Amino acid sequence: MQTRVVGVSVPRKEGVAKLTGQARYIDDLSLPGMIFGATVRSSIARGAIEDIKFGEGIPWHEFTIVTAKDIPGRNVVALIVDDQPCLADGMVNHPEEPILLLAHPDRHALPAAVAAVEICYKPAPSIHSIEESERRELIIWGKDNMFKSYRMEKGDVDNAWKNAAWIVEGEYSTGAQEQLYIEPNGVIAQAGPTGGLTVWGSMQCPFYVHKALVALTGLPPESVRVIQAETGGAFGGKEEYPSMLAGHASLLAMKSGRPVKMIYDRMEDMAATTKRHPSRTRHRTAVSADGKLLAAEIDFATDGGAYATLSSTVLSRGTIHAGGPYLWPNIRVHAKAYATNTPPHGAFRGFGAPQSLFALERHMDVVAKAIGMAPDEFRRRNLLHQGMATATNQIIHDEIVLDQMLERALELTGYHAKVNQFAEHNLTSTHKKGIGMAAFLHGAGFTGSGERYLNALVGVEATAAGGVRVLVSSTEYGQGTNTILCQIAAETLGLEYDDISMAPVDTSTSPNSGPTVASRTAMIIGKIVQTAAMKMRQTLLDSGLLEPSAGREQFLAACQAYRKQFGELQSFSRYEAAPNIFWNDELYSGEAYGAYAWAVYVAEVTVDTSTYSVTIDDFVALQEIGKVIHPILAAGQIEGGVAQGIGYALYEKVVWKDGRMINNQMTNYIMPTAEDLPPIRVFFEEVPYQHGAYGAKGIGELPMDGPAPAIINAVVQATGINFTSIPLLPEDIFRAMTAEPERPAESLESALAAEGSQ
Amino acid sequence: MSKREVSFTVNGAAHTVLVYPMERLLDVLRCELGLTGTKEGCGEGECGSCSVLMNGELVNSCLVPVLQAEGATIGTIEGLAGASGLHPVQQAFLKCGGAQCGICTPGMVMATVHLLGHTPAPTMEQVREGLGGNLCRCTGYTRIFDAVLEAAGRQK
Amino acid sequence: MRARPSEYELVAPGSLPAVLALLAGEPGSWMPIAGGTELMVQYGAGKLGARKLVSLWGLPELRSIESTGEEVLIGAGCTYTDLRNDAVVAREFPLLGRAASWTGSIANQNRGTLGGNIVNGSPAADSLPALMVYEAELLLASVRGTRRVAYVEFHTGYKQTRLAPDEIIRAIALRPQFAAYHAYSRKVGTRNAQAIAKLCLAGLAKTSGNQIEDVRLAIGSMAVTPVRLRRTEEILLGRPWGGALISEARQALETEVAPIDDIRSSALYRLHVAGNLLQEFLEGLFA
Repeated sequence: MQTRVVGVSVPRKEGVAKLTGQARYIDDLSLPGMIFGATVRSSIARGAIEDIKFGEGIPWHEFTIVTAKDIPGRNVVALIVDDQPCLADGMVNHPEEPILLLAHPDRHALPAAVAAVEICYKPAPSIHSIEESERRELIIWGKDNMFKSYRMEKGDVDNAWKNAAWIVEGEYSTGAQEQLYIEPNGVIAQAGPTGGLTVWGSMQCPFYVHKALVALTGLPPESVRVIQAETGGAFGGKEEYPSMLAGHASLLAMKSGRPVKMIYDRMEDMAATTKRHPSRTRHRTAVSADGKLLAAEIDFATDGGAYATLSSTVLSRGTIHAGGPYLWPNIRVHAKAYATNTPPHGAFRGFGAPQSLFALERHMDVVAKAIGMAPDEFRRRNLLHQGMATATNQIIHDEIVLDQMLERALELTGYHAKVNQFAEHNLTSTHKKGIGMAAFLHGAGFTGSGERYLNALVGVEATAAGGVRVLVSSTEYGQGTNTILCQIAAETLGLEYDDISMAPVDTSTSPNSGPTVASRTAMIIGKIVQTAAMKMRQTLLDSGLLEPSAGREQFLAACQAYRKQFGELQSFSRYEAAPNIFWNDELYSGEAYGAYAWAVYVAEVTVDTSTYSVTIDDFVALQEIGKVIHPILAAGQIEGGVAQGIGYALYEKVVWKDGRMINNQMTNYIMPTAEDLPPIRVFFEEVPYQHGAYGAKGIGELPMDGPAPAIINAVVQATGINFTSIPLLPEDIFRAMTAEPERPAESLESALAAEGSQ
Repeated sequence: MSKREVSFTVNGAAHTVLVYPMERLLDVLRCELGLTGTKEGCGEGECGSCSVLMNGELVNSCLVPVLQAEGATIGTIEGLAGASGLHPVQQAFLKCGGAQCGICTPGMVMATVHLLGHTPAPTMEQVREGLGGNLCRCTGYTRIFDAVLEAAGRQK
Repeated sequence: MRARPSEYELVAPGSLPAVLALLAGEPGSWMPIAGGTELMVQYGAGKLGARKLVSLWGLPELRSIESTGEEVLIGAGCTYTDLRNDAVVAREFPLLGRAASWTGSIANQNRGTLGGNIVNGSPAADSLPALMVYEAELLLASVRGTRRVAYVEFHTGYKQTRLAPDEIIRAIALRPQFAAYHAYSRKVGTRNAQAIAKLCLAGLAKTSGNQIEDVRLAIGSMAVTPVRLRRTEEILLGRPWGGALISEARQALETEVAPIDDIRSSALYRLHVAGNLLQEFLEGLFA
């Protein structure tokens, strides 16, 4: 289908504002009479609060002080399970847990006041790893320390082992990762004189915040208003956390009677807010004599931190993606999310899939080596094709171009020539080279019946100024929401891109199109923008004010005429599930996602054996994403995601001490700079998804899944050492490369448990 | 301690502010002068979101005590666009997709202006070094580099 | 931002004599601040103990680079950018210019000063090993006059120096006598830019035939202060080149340093990689 606006790299809708310093982020905003808030947090991992003392030298009468006792509604941050208190009340379960709030007119007066609040604890034993939690010698949450578990099964796994020519085992782990949006979390809350509450903030999901505030304050929903401010990066880190911060600012605003601004500084943001769930995955794989996957038994465990928050849904996505883009005749995944006494882990781009796909794609190379097959050939023999069923027994009806992408990736990187070249080069050079790949998928939208449950509502309206506005609760935080939804509306209505604008995201006026997460905005919300726009067009046709053959001018004139006659012109449309989508939550089986994007990534690395550091020399990212709505934005999403994936693999280590992040500064939590990243070569394929906007599938999270396994696979090839854990730092490579011969634990051979009999 | 008067020019306009001498230049720009285009991302001189030009040199304003800006000529993002429109660097960023969430953008643009002012035809290595103190979490830097080279090309 | 600006005093007397008079009048009360790239980080984190600061920024007496023929005097207020841009530094003391290019970012190089780097005394500072191998002398100024201290004797412990409470570093004196030397330095950081060093080795050597006639080695981030590796140097002097020499030198290096496990790296890694860098330097001499 030829498109005119969709598929074109139009200027970013809010680009000029951002480039001229006019865009207003939350800390740029001020209200008259505004005061500032701060949080007093737990310094221990677990225990009882015995006493709270207010130290000398602080004019406490000048401060507004809020504790759990001041909460008018329920002391929860409402999300899924509602186990997380907004303020600790008697008991703390993780370091940095919020206990008490302070507000003062002078922002600079707060740090000393926070330091002067003395909390007396009776410490209790605490848990700090998946292993400790699953041993259950100490129970810190619920009955068994487990937030959630799933069992996903296809076929007859138990009977498959006897047919295996090889059985290969491996264990893989991933660490926590900080989202590190460059703009820290922040909100402003204002309580109105007649009981209303308005909150502005840096956030992804205003309606999540709205729901949480209603529960916390007990206010009627129509009295609570949440407005998104320009948001400086999010990546999932502002999906659920803003509900907590908004709650705090609201409590202070309600008690003080003044607007309250709360902005976290970098140290607080890194130590106290959510991170990517650490994970441990165990694989046991049966392979036939001709290199076909027969069965998998996978144990997938995540560390969820102290409260449930989003651990169940992260676990869900990780479980569904655990089998990757391959045909598994038989597969079983046991998945569990465990509690530990750490600040709760949360949403971060990829949401469980980067964890389970790292393990799978590392393991695919391990298995390939065990059976003596090249990594590309092993994958080629097992990739899903059109008409085959995924690990959840979802038949993929659309064409899958993984084979073509694999071939193209090999070509673009000169893969086979390099494998041979490097093998020779590595014999004598101190700079070992390697090339590695990952093949993967990412499902877009909420899992299973999630989108039906969200029941997203989208509107378009003709404005007094003569254009058309899009009404959604979908937020812009750099990924291009504003731009692509305007492109889609313009395309559908036969208008120019500049004729379309976005209404501000405000729960009092925006329809609830659901959260801006799960790679759903282009595919699902874009589609509903399309249908709402078509409804608007139909309304005008039905009214007789528009001729079917009308062009842009007449359309805009018709909008104005309609408004003049009827007052306003607004059309709304809701999510419509594609037919024949069935998802069984009990069996974890069926159509998990409306569509998957598919990808093959290849990384070429050099390992300097004098410093053990890894340089990425080339990175190729190929993906099939349905329809590229905006070439520059789409490539930008891939490049940014790959950069985060590189950080996940090689740089970004969270250093924990008793459940607290101690490297909570940008100087010692290491993200890649402009001097650390290779050129990232991005290529797109398009197999249009009929239920996505103009064929689009989701793209935002896909690039997070592939880089880490591709890079580590390359490092393994370069060094001959079976690395199974990320982040992989030079110190780790050093330790493995200089390990004593009696400790062959890191050698590839020992990763194999047994060879099955034929 | 008492406040004192500190005078400097910002974007060509003279200012005298009554401030504590150890207030950060960043806070004085944002709060006293209402120039909120310069951002705070880390407060430790690592992210570069607070970069401004001070006497033609790129500095992290979160690390400059305002007293040390006495008599200085300061340039911030708000001063770049002219009556005739966007600065060539801003135009290049818009064209090439160099801004996503935009929070690093003011600092990144100032660093680019500084780089091209000193090195009008930079190599890729010089671009990387010139922007090495400005962290971007969204873009992976690729399109920022494109924008810098585009701006360099158009400046010729 | 965790400091309260109203609690801090900062004065800018505007000339070196005025600064020295202030320091003499209330020794130990005033902390000198130059470019602020270290002190303002502490301040922002709420960890700056000093409440009274005196600004050295822009003092013309401190920001010049002069050649007297015998020596080059680098004003302590010279920024890393000044060092990178100076032709004499580039020609005579390339390791110093290189270290300046490694420090922080362009923005921090425009403000950070050599004097500040020295006085802050972090064992991880990039320029300090270079100063050690160039056998720098520090000119310390006070109302009592100017005295010289060999740089290698300046640090007495972790972030401790011989600076008297009423003194500042006025200049760093280097003698341009290394034209015939091989110069080597390498920093190992957590990433390619804006990285605090895990270790940093600087070396100068003059060879004659297959022997080392003179060698100076200094290393950072391997002890509480940067270390001049004298024992290692002794091993290397006047000995025939070969694998055994490298091995002995690596062993000597290990006896002179005391690396630790910290938030950035491990002691074992540092030790081993230090040996690798030493080996790389030595192999480069006879390649």
